[in-house]
Amino acid sequence: MYTNNSNAADQSWDVVVIGAGNAGLCAAITAAEAGCSVLVVESAPRDMRGGNTRHTRNLRAQHDAPTDVLTEAYPLDEYFDDLMRVTKGVTNKHLAQVTLEKSAELTEWLGHRGVRFQPALSGTLNLGRTNAFFLGGGRAMLNALCRHAESVGVTFLYDLAVTQLIMDSGFCDAIRLADDRVIRAKKFIATAGGFEANLDWLAEGWGDAAKNFLVRGTPYNNGVVLKSLLDQGVQPVGDVDQCHAVAIDARAPKYDGGIASRIDGVPFGVVVNNAGQRFYDEGEDFWPKRYAIWGRLVAAQPDQIAYAIVDSVGANRFMPSVFTPIKADTIDGLASLLGLDPVATIETVTRFNAACPVGPIDQSVLDGKATNGLTPEKTNWSAPIETPPFYGFPLRPGITFTYMGVTVNDQAQMIMQDGTPAANLLAAGEIMAGNVLGQGYLAGIGMTIGGVFGRIAGATAARLLNKGASG
Amino acid sequence: MTEVNLIALAESPAHDETARIMQICNACRYCEGFCAVFPAMEKRRLFAPADTAYLANLCHHCGACYHACQYAPPHEFAVNVPQALAERRLESYAEFAWPRPMARLFDRNGLQVSVWVTAILILVVGAMLMLISPDLFWGVHLGEGAFYVIMPHVVMAGIPLMITSFVLISLIIGARRYWRTTGAKWGGWSAVREAMAAAATMRYLGGDNNGTGSGCSGPDERGSMARRYYHHFTFYGFMLCFASTSLGTLYHYLLGREAPYGYFELPVILGTVGGVMLCVGTAGLWREKRRMDPATKSWTSLGMDYAFIWLLFWVSATGLILLAVRHTGFMGLALAVHLGVVYGFFAILPFSKFVHGLYRSAALLAYAGESR
Repeated sequence: MYTNNSNAADQSWDVVVIGAGNAGLCAAITAAEAGCSVLVVESAPRDMRGGNTRHTRNLRAQHDAPTDVLTEAYPLDEYFDDLMRVTKGVTNKHLAQVTLEKSAELTEWLGHRGVRFQPALSGTLNLGRTNAFFLGGGRAMLNALCRHAESVGVTFLYDLAVTQLIMDSGFCDAIRLADDRVIRAKKFIATAGGFEANLDWLAEGWGDAAKNFLVRGTPYNNGVVLKSLLDQGVQPVGDVDQCHAVAIDARAPKYDGGIASRIDGVPFGVVVNNAGQRFYDEGEDFWPKRYAIWGRLVAAQPDQIAYAIVDSVGANRFMPSVFTPIKADTIDGLASLLGLDPVATIETVTRFNAACPVGPIDQSVLDGKATNGLTPEKTNWSAPIETPPFYGFPLRPGITFTYMGVTVNDQAQMIMQDGTPAANLLAAGEIMAGNVLGQGYLAGIGMTIGGVFGRIAGATAARLLNKGASG
Repeated sequence: MTEVNLIALAESPAHDETARIMQICNACRYCEGFCAVFPAMEKRRLFAPADTAYLANLCHHCGACYHACQYAPPHEFAVNVPQALAERRLESYAEFAWPRPMARLFDRNGLQVSVWVTAILILVVGAMLMLISPDLFWGVHLGEGAFYVIMPHVVMAGIPLMITSFVLISLIIGARRYWRTTGAKWGGWSAVREAMAAAATMRYLGGDNNGTGSGCSGPDERGSMARRYYHHFTFYGFMLCFASTSLGTLYHYLLGREAPYGYFELPVILGTVGGVMLCVGTAGLWREKRRMDPATKSWTSLGMDYAFIWLLFWVSATGLILLAVRHTGFMGLALAVHLGVVYGFFAILPFSKFVHGLYRSAALLAYAGESR
């Protein structure tokens, strides 16, 4: 059922899910399959539904043997080690364990509900072993899950934001919608994402720099639901300034630029700030391992902008980008087009070129071709920028998601500030991902957390309502 | 031959839009599991008119990538791959058409095809009414050679023979131009096998690289195999009709046996089964075309699509009607109408949607070649 004119406000629902992303849909489906009446309230219109799930592509799943969608094996221990490494231990180990263990069932569970995956081996980025790729990406996955949810009786309200949770000492009576309607339910599952689209809130952690951030993800994750929960005594998790931010093309849209806005050229040239100066080792490690630090690096530069400069040899070493690079036959000309001081830029490039070692670079390995006597040093893939035409890419910090959220237990119940579980409030997805992923990032784990905790939240809601056993 | 085979393709709005979209797609690549278009795109960084012409003809217009697209409207990138490629595809038919002046038949192609076929139909029926005495035309003729009482075999077969020679030359030059201009690579006979398998099974109309997809994506984003199956009915029905005609020609010249043949003789069985399949297939394709998500339709090529579907339907339906009335006094009229439609179909063939099969097959062959 899909309606915006329903009498949703007139009836009392077993379960109301806030947000129609991966986590919300897994929760709604699980609860509905167990016999609950379920309403999903989505703030975006139908075409833009699903929060950041729209922009995802895969999930990371534990498996001990090859499956139809994953190669080789990705044992629990290795997965756990990977998580510990990227989070530097900032995680709730019990919840992490639960997430990784239950990740093993996820692809099959989703597959039975219409989600299609690319066959094993065909995935890009060498992630075919650890990550299962949705055929057509996250939006195709959402379409399949929404269809399945409708087929098991879930009702959807689109284009209606939740403005407030009406709570009394940890018990939620109802939610208020943007059109002032009030909807009552026995259980509420918050899967409304983080607050990365709320630049004012980001400014609390980042100061004025936040106004120059681009938001790669959905413009609908404005944190209203999260704020309402935290204001009414739910225990927070994570820090306000923790976010996943990469360097993206400065010409990308303010919101919703997604994957295509990324720039992969950093390791194959130099990156300068608006004074024409380098500020970090561009060749520190393979790009997939480093791209997530460049958002912060650019955010720390004056006016939160930087420029990657490569020559025509370097330009063929990385994937094409969505915006045509700015092009000139001389560094002088390129600097002018980029709005940089030509003198400073030429000097930076000249000094860099002079510091490059001789001989070709090898981008398939950490080739150790480091600059000599340059500060900051470039430790790999240092090749002179000398073959015209030259290309420039303006870079800005692009926020993918935030980490601060609500604390939950292993039943996906929210925890109040006094340490007790909330009576009827559950959470899944980005709004609680900070419990597992306190910092850092592991490709595809966001969707895993959303899927696993979505299912747990739906099952917990059904169990507390004494509904039938659920998947 | 160079000037005949190499076409200088100009940039056009349809090309510009396709190139703009392909640049976005190439930075995203989420759709690479869907069909051949996306892996082919990934082999390129820049999209010249020859590249967009190639990619456009590789696309089967299943719509799956549109509903999966995070950048589809209302997103400001406004990515609509099926629509952009359909517009570019139509344009490419005109670019490769031979003789050149005939290319303008692809402007408002639906209307032009309809007008020309109708004119040829009227001409054929009119000529037969004038030239054949009413006794013969409205008479009942039974047994071998009954058709040729009305129209000598030399005339009946001679006209299509002349048309066919022209059609074949036109198609061959078009295909060569397409192949050379898009810089296609010959991948040997294994590539031919792969391309033929992809065409014969309509693998990429399933929205999946492996042919295990869920079919065309409808307005509710649900996959449906209907269009693929209706296309099979149409294509194989057409081939059976073609086999029937060819076999009839062999009967005529090798066995010395003249049409019409009995209901249970092979040419009639092939023609009847093929004709019914063609009617079912084209009616189904028409239904599916109407049902298609309006967001992914190419409104400029819709007329061409409908005209071709209906033309095929009437080629087949008039043949079946002839079969039904051939022992009555209406045989002459039914024969005239059938011949009129068939002649019209063949005359307009290189300038109708028929060429989609030619360029699609060439694109599949090129894809198989460059994937090696």
